[in-house]
Amino acid sequence: MKIRSQFIPFLALLFLISACAKDNFTEPKSTLSGRIVYNGEPIAVEYNQVRLQLWQPGFGKLAAIDTQVDQNGSFSALLFNGKYKLVVPKGRGPFKTLEKDAAAKDTLFVTLEGNQQLDLEVMPYYMIRTPQFAGAENKVTATLKLEKIINGADAKAIEQVSLFINKTEFVSRSTNVGVTDIAGADVKNLNAITIATEIPALVPTQKYVFARVGVKIKDVEDMIFSPVQKVEF
Amino acid sequence: MKKIFYIPVFVLLLLSWGCNDDEFLNRPPTNILTEEQVWGDEGQVLSLLGNLYNRYVDLGNFRDFERPGLDALTGWTRLADFNEAFWSESGRYKEFQNSGWDLNTWSIWDYGYIREMNLFIQKCEAAEKLSPAAKDRFLAEARFLRASYYFELVKRMGGVPLILEPMTYDFSGDPTYLQHARAKESEIYDFVIKEADEIKAKLPANAGEKSRATQAAALAMQARAALYAGSLARYGVNTPSVSLPGGEVGIPANLAVGYYTKALAAAKEIISGSVGAYALYNKKPDLSENFSSIFYDKANNPEAIFVDDYKLQSGKVHYFTGSNQPRYGAEEEEGGRINPSLNFVESFEKLDNTFARIPTTNAAGAPIYYANQTDIFEGRDARLAGTVMLPGTTFKGRTVDIWAGFQLGNGSIVSGDDRGAQKTLPGKSVPEQVVGFDGPIDGFEFTAQTGFYLRKYLDPVVGSGQRGVNSEVWFIRYRYAEVLLNAAEAAFELKQPAVAAGYMNQVRARAGLVKPLVAGDITFDRIAHERRVELAFEGHYHFDIQRWRIAHIVMDGNAISAADLSKDLGKATKRNTQPWALWPYKVYEPGSPNNGKWIYKPVKLSRVTGADRFQLGNYYSLITDEVVNNNPKIIRNPNH
Repeated sequence: MKIRSQFIPFLALLFLISACAKDNFTEPKSTLSGRIVYNGEPIAVEYNQVRLQLWQPGFGKLAAIDTQVDQNGSFSALLFNGKYKLVVPKGRGPFKTLEKDAAAKDTLFVTLEGNQQLDLEVMPYYMIRTPQFAGAENKVTATLKLEKIINGADAKAIEQVSLFINKTEFVSRSTNVGVTDIAGADVKNLNAITIATEIPALVPTQKYVFARVGVKIKDVEDMIFSPVQKVEF
Repeated sequence: MKKIFYIPVFVLLLLSWGCNDDEFLNRPPTNILTEEQVWGDEGQVLSLLGNLYNRYVDLGNFRDFERPGLDALTGWTRLADFNEAFWSESGRYKEFQNSGWDLNTWSIWDYGYIREMNLFIQKCEAAEKLSPAAKDRFLAEARFLRASYYFELVKRMGGVPLILEPMTYDFSGDPTYLQHARAKESEIYDFVIKEADEIKAKLPANAGEKSRATQAAALAMQARAALYAGSLARYGVNTPSVSLPGGEVGIPANLAVGYYTKALAAAKEIISGSVGAYALYNKKPDLSENFSSIFYDKANNPEAIFVDDYKLQSGKVHYFTGSNQPRYGAEEEEGGRINPSLNFVESFEKLDNTFARIPTTNAAGAPIYYANQTDIFEGRDARLAGTVMLPGTTFKGRTVDIWAGFQLGNGSIVSGDDRGAQKTLPGKSVPEQVVGFDGPIDGFEFTAQTGFYLRKYLDPVVGSGQRGVNSEVWFIRYRYAEVLLNAAEAAFELKQPAVAAGYMNQVRARAGLVKPLVAGDITFDRIAHERRVELAFEGHYHFDIQRWRIAHIVMDGNAISAADLSKDLGKATKRNTQPWALWPYKVYEPGSPNNGKWIYKPVKLSRVTGADRFQLGNYYSLITDEVVNNNPKIIRNPNH
């Protein structure tokens, strides 16, 4: 009898601890996904470099929910239902955001009830048109056109055009096995740009690489890319 | 019966004890000093000030640096950041596998410290029992520390709220009167410069005083702050998106000349000797040894202006030597964390003022054979061997054993995967050592994976690498050579290249570069290069590339290839995104004249997989959501 009464506090404690282990919130279930687009065309960027911020006001202290933009310009976030504000942090992305009006600026107001698709319209400085890749013996050649979208006072010059190749689908400035740059000053005709990059010896050997072209715009941090393409040689 | 007698006696005793003395409740506490006691005694005030001195913030340091609300910063990692070195510690390889830095990597926001300095100033001004001379000096020192911290804040965060009095909450439920907006970036620099002007006369002009503020320390701070502000004004145009419309970040270009003029004047005041006899350290005939001695020779060192001092057996010691000493034969069998990179080693000039890569191969691509291990580094700037422990040199009388293995006649390599591993070479019957006791072994922590160890700031005193003893080497915050280089840079920017050459030649002559530069040689690249090699691993490189707005070009996120390594040497914007290694091999080719000689190979370590990219958002660190939530007047930094 005596022993049993000593157990009672422990049992109570156990009960309390086990009670705390259960979270009384349901997990977020709604997905907000979409792409960054210009006239419906997705804008490809570097992975894990461009991000969007989601703010949910009304719950005391604010902190942004960061959402990384994928290589092909898509993003997705798992969220609770509710009202959100979607913004691109200042200076991110190879584009200008569109201002709706003076009050809302470039903020996108999102009311989330269940899964939702949402494309974010922006104004890129340049678009890469008709990129074509051709693989030859230890060489990848790309031809492309560049369309200048923003003209006038906000126009920006091209700093350089680069062709990146990599062994995997992730192709960017930091992950590549070969790169060739053309300085912006050397790009005379935006409608006929050709770049070639040599393919180094790949270990282990593979008969294909992934290639994409990136354009660095002056005074803009993030580059705009063409879609990744598999090139056989 | 007895009980009845005892009870009144007890009651009586109790009562008499309880009523003993009115003073009983008024006894002074023995563990707390009152305000009057503190502010009536100079020794007590000095100890308060000592606490403030101890919380001085540097970018790099020997100690870990606690940040309220954020991860602590490890001092030595920030000293050796930006691929000037590889960190040979498995827990930190991830720094070389990512592609940049978090936006809050360098954030600080310690207004608690500022409040305590403001309280000190307020109370010190009110104190009546202190002698006027002592009071003036204390006040000047506290203002020096406060200006130093604001300088540190503005470097990292841009303009911050300038709070110069201790604020107190009145518990009214409305804290808005405590919320201050950010000042302009230029206003904080102006504040630092103005404070230095005002406190200068109240500080002693004494070159022997190193760890407390002196006139020279105030001037050195002023010169550095004005120089930083000047370069932000001049080079800020290169990154137009790193600015805010209110001027919280970014300084207008038309202010540059004024700041540079101020910097040159402040530096000249120190150089003229009017605030104390400071000079370049020149005590030892061996120039490399002389250079490394600057940092550990604490006896009559004329170069140090303001330091963070340490003392053995006082509790204030550090383990920097233990963390970074050559591991083989070291007192605790540990160390070797900072491995200077080949990129950094190659940036040192040859003695004829030209730049050249470390010659591992001749023009035809064939390896060059060296009779001695150190021959490959012959004829270079003496600061190289003073900053970096090269293979074949000694520390504490012991040769560092850095070699990667044997190269056989057929080109194959015999090496081991443990320090000093043994194998049998072809044609021999007895196993022998095939790799150095200090490495380099790829991915083996605490060995010299890049082929180099750090020498700067390492303490050659016996016991300095021992956990129970530690080191008392000081951390030099301001030294005379930096003042000269600050003067040179300011003069260059003010279009006085001959003046700049004069100051730079003093620093260069000490490093063995006897051929003086002339006015025509002085370019921006020269200035940047000189600062990089002279002030390496002292926490300057970070803010230098940041204020010149070249960090995003130097670290552009592109990997470095072997061909890139030897390109653009001596250029300030040379890519520096990944640390490279240089591995020495012993030639084993019996019968050949090359047998026993050394060859070198540049190597990219397998742990280095990422390439750093300095984002525009890294130019100014993140102000946390917590701060912005508590004070809606704070606006965020650009690109955040």
